[in-house]
Amino acid sequence: MSQLGLVYALLGAAVAVFLAGAGSSIGVGIAGRAAAGVVSEDPGKFAKVLIIQLLPGTQGIYGLLVGFITLSKIGLLGGNAAALDPKTGLLILAACLPVGIVGLISGKAQGQTAAAAIGVVAKKPDQFGKAMLFPAMVETYAILALLISILAVTAIPV
Amino acid sequence: MYDEQYTYAVARIRAKETSLFSQATIDQLMACKDEKQCLQFLVDKGWGDMDTPVNAEAILTREREKTWELMRELADDMSVFDVLTYSNLFHNLKAAIKAVATGEKHPNVFFRDCAISGEEMMEIISEKNFSRLPESMVQVAQEAYETFLHTGDGQLCDIMVDKAALDAIYDAGKKAKDDIIRDYAESTVAVADIKIAVRSQKTAKSMEFMKRAMAECDSLNVDQLSRAALSGMDAIQEYLSGTVYAEGAQALAESASAFERWCDNRIIQTIHPQLYNPFTIGPLVAYVLARENEIKTVRIILTGKANQLSDEFIRERVREMYV
Repeated sequence: MSQLGLVYALLGAAVAVFLAGAGSSIGVGIAGRAAAGVVSEDPGKFAKVLIIQLLPGTQGIYGLLVGFITLSKIGLLGGNAAALDPKTGLLILAACLPVGIVGLISGKAQGQTAAAAIGVVAKKPDQFGKAMLFPAMVETYAILALLISILAVTAIPV
Repeated sequence: MYDEQYTYAVARIRAKETSLFSQATIDQLMACKDEKQCLQFLVDKGWGDMDTPVNAEAILTREREKTWELMRELADDMSVFDVLTYSNLFHNLKAAIKAVATGEKHPNVFFRDCAISGEEMMEIISEKNFSRLPESMVQVAQEAYETFLHTGDGQLCDIMVDKAALDAIYDAGKKAKDDIIRDYAESTVAVADIKIAVRSQKTAKSMEFMKRAMAECDSLNVDQLSRAALSGMDAIQEYLSGTVYAEGAQALAESASAFERWCDNRIIQTIHPQLYNPFTIGPLVAYVLARENEIKTVRIILTGKANQLSDEFIRERVREMYV
């Protein structure tokens, strides 16, 4: 029997994890450089800048979640892989794309916003709450993409 | 696109900006009774080092060194700061030409923190090895040296070198990728041209002199400015009021010191948007200029206090702060 459907579905899980994870690592990296800059001058701000640095890390978790749901859906986690036709495999791949692509773009954008927010904390530590809101806004779109990916993956009959 | 190469550096600069003097700190410094109290205030604010003697020159020199030490730590390519040191570099050239031509040695007339030190510049000029100089200096160094040697006219030599410095700053600005360098170059050259026009008007210089001294820039028409300077101070003010330097016209009408203060404030206004720029080299360049401005303002206050000048007299000369 052709395994092409399973390959497509697995590719979907890999895309979700790979792209969203890449977005997060770029974002956390950018914010981390800014955080290190502030801490090198003022170590007392470590806790505040660390929280902001971690904000772009969520996209990677969303990708992992969608990847996990996909693997579970196609039975790879239980060791009993489902027999998928190529059309179903492609549907699962398409369902995984939103969280992957939006995760990549929003992860980087959130990292840049987080770096700017770390600049706010460096100058005005009392404005930490407001500073954290700016990168948190970017998160909205990653959550929307996660929602669609989860709804789509779970709605596809296997 | 963002240039994320400077993310770490800009974040450090953001933390450093909190220790820059604000207008309120300058007011506190102004409130000190005398120079000694001012120096103590500066030491309490962390100026100088443990081993820096408590005197104005030593503290200010050390602060300037600290700025450049920080930049050397943060920037991989120091050539982006060249445009900021051109005026000092060309000053060293002027000083070396005069020292070599007259045979007199004054080691303290040279600026440090330049691509070419005073001693090296003296060596280049005395050996007439002009090719060791940067490209923008080669021709003017040769011409200014010959001119000074034959005419002994120091002012003519100064004009030639100063014009070349302005041209070099402007060229560097035009070639720069970063907006701040372009804006800085435009502002610096335009403000220098206005200063030349004002001083030429006061000393009744000729059109030829002004044309020789002024450098071309986009925001001013050098020809119209020189003609205005020939007609009088009112004509300069009238011409400036129709340009982006209208505030300079108002400062000119107020007093000479108000005009000098406006010239420096104009540069600070040019770099001010960098306070909100989280990436690129811009905030680093702005920090260097802000520190130079801060040190200059502190120097004005210390000199005023040392000479027991009135607070109003000093305040008229105090520059606008970056933060």
